Amino acid sequence: MSEITREQVQHLAGLARIALTDDEVTSLTTELGAIVDAIAKVSEAVGPDVPATSHPVPLANVTRADVEGGTLTHEQAFAGAPSHDGERFRVSAILGEEQ
Amino acid sequence: MKDRLMDFDEALERYEPVLGFEVHVELGTRTKMFSAAPNPAHPDHHDAAPNTLIDPLSLGLPGSLPVVNEEAVRYSISLGLALGCEIAESSRFARKNYYYPDVPKNYQISQYDEPIAFEGEVEIELADGRRFQIPIERAHMEEDAGKLTHVGGATGRIQGAEYSLVDYNRAGVPLVEIVTKPIVGAERDAPELAKAYVAAIRDIVLSLGISEARMERGNLRCDANVSLRPRGQERFGTRTETKNVNSMRSVERAVRYEIQRQAAILAAGGTIVQETRHWHEDTGRTSAGRPKSDADDYRYFPEPDLLPVQPDRALVEELRAALPEQPVARKRRLKAEWGFTDLEFQDVVNADLLATVEATVAAGAAPGSARKWWTGEIARLANDRGVEASSLVSPEHVAELQRLVDGGALTDRLARQALEGVIAGEGSPTEVVAARGLQVVSDESALVAAVDEALAAQPDVLQKIRDGKVQAAGAVIGAVMKAMRGQADAARVREIVLERASQA
Repeated sequence: MSEITREQVQHLAGLARIALTDDEVTSLTTELGAIVDAIAKVSEAVGPDVPATSHPVPLANVTRADVEGGTLTHEQAFAGAPSHDGERFRVSAILGEEQ
Repeated sequence: MKDRLMDFDEALERYEPVLGFEVHVELGTRTKMFSAAPNPAHPDHHDAAPNTLIDPLSLGLPGSLPVVNEEAVRYSISLGLALGCEIAESSRFARKNYYYPDVPKNYQISQYDEPIAFEGEVEIELADGRRFQIPIERAHMEEDAGKLTHVGGATGRIQGAEYSLVDYNRAGVPLVEIVTKPIVGAERDAPELAKAYVAAIRDIVLSLGISEARMERGNLRCDANVSLRPRGQERFGTRTETKNVNSMRSVERAVRYEIQRQAAILAAGGTIVQETRHWHEDTGRTSAGRPKSDADDYRYFPEPDLLPVQPDRALVEELRAALPEQPVARKRRLKAEWGFTDLEFQDVVNADLLATVEATVAAGAAPGSARKWWTGEIARLANDRGVEASSLVSPEHVAELQRLVDGGALTDRLARQALEGVIAGEGSPTEVVAARGLQVVSDESALVAAVDEALAAQPDVLQKIRDGKVQAAGAVIGAVMKAMRGQADAARVREIVLERASQA
């Protein structure tokens, strides 16, 4: 059975800045539990001889040359911004600390 | 609130400090880590207006995808090698998730379990020449965050702010974060070691030419971890991480402060809270930030939008072969070659003039003369003007000036006037000397005539000299130098004065 608890779901919701009702916490606990169980099944099927991968495509070293490309104008950049001062984005007062 | 501090010596008697550093280096590539937007850490873009160096990726707009900057990878490998690290066969990126407006994607692309470089060692040297090996845990690639300005509110920078303004120019700037292992054994040298370590990283970065490494610009940023353990205890104490330390001197002060603060708490029976602390340059104190536990819940996972970076081994060896001399070794070599005392050499290093003096010596000046010019007259003029000494005049011109002095064409005083002409843009020292007519008067007959005239004007002095009071000659020498507008060699004038006085 899954190890996902209600407390973990609430904690995660807090980190993700999502407000959840009690009902939502209940259903997400069940759903996330099912996902974790499914992943655990996949892990069982994989033997120690299979190297871990983080990507389905067998590729590496996709890079670009260090050449400057275009930039956005202020008009473009602020087009979708709820608030700005003409030069910078304006966001609500920040509680807590910079990372 | 003012922290209680224990006397530094007493703190060291009772507790052993353990240090650790996280240094962020902004790479000076042309473009950002994962997009082609111009990089504000490149010299061409220093003065860019807010939000002008941004593209869809810098803003985390939907549909934008990252692509790795190959130059940033090369810089990172070079830095890793210079730190004595292994370069990973395979390295990958990871998402570090957190919600804060400086990262518009709500995650920072960093590296977690597979950094590009790991297991290194950096040699540093204290002012008195003692050496330490600093163990390096890892150096990984990541992107910088945007810059926030907090506006309004009565109680300061963050708390009570009414709103914040965000500039995303810095978002996506390539960074390498260098993480040390715990450093033990520094003892009472811990504060100085902290400063020397950051200086060593800066010197390495500069020698590689991968960043301007200016702390005041944020090209180089240091977080200092400090913990104390009672003498005889094996287990490390709880550490704090001090951020916002923006100069080498501050790094030294912040470490010293934390040692004294933590010692006072432990001695009073208290416990250290594992937390981020902010350094305040103005008050020389640290203050508590957020506690570690919650905010460190970053839920790292492999970045699905990027493929692994698997550096070609031939490239790694090519970059290894191209590494410049290690800065610490270079300093040791130059000090020996120049024959400077500790103090003389430290003067040059502290004034950030090592490369400048080296270039002046290469241009033909004796090391001692080069040092005197740069740490003396030129430093004074630079200080008056509020600029860097090395920006005032070229090493070649300083060497040329010294050649004119050595050849007897200029006195020290005339050379200083010539220097001012060079700084004013009047040309090379030789050109300034010609244009301003600064040559030493070497015409003997003109000097003799001036001496005779001065002696005739001061018969009492003449008598004194004849009576053997040689020091009286000063008045005559002064008069002659004045008549020659300073353009005579005072030592030669003195000889002539004594000669003529005895003859007449």
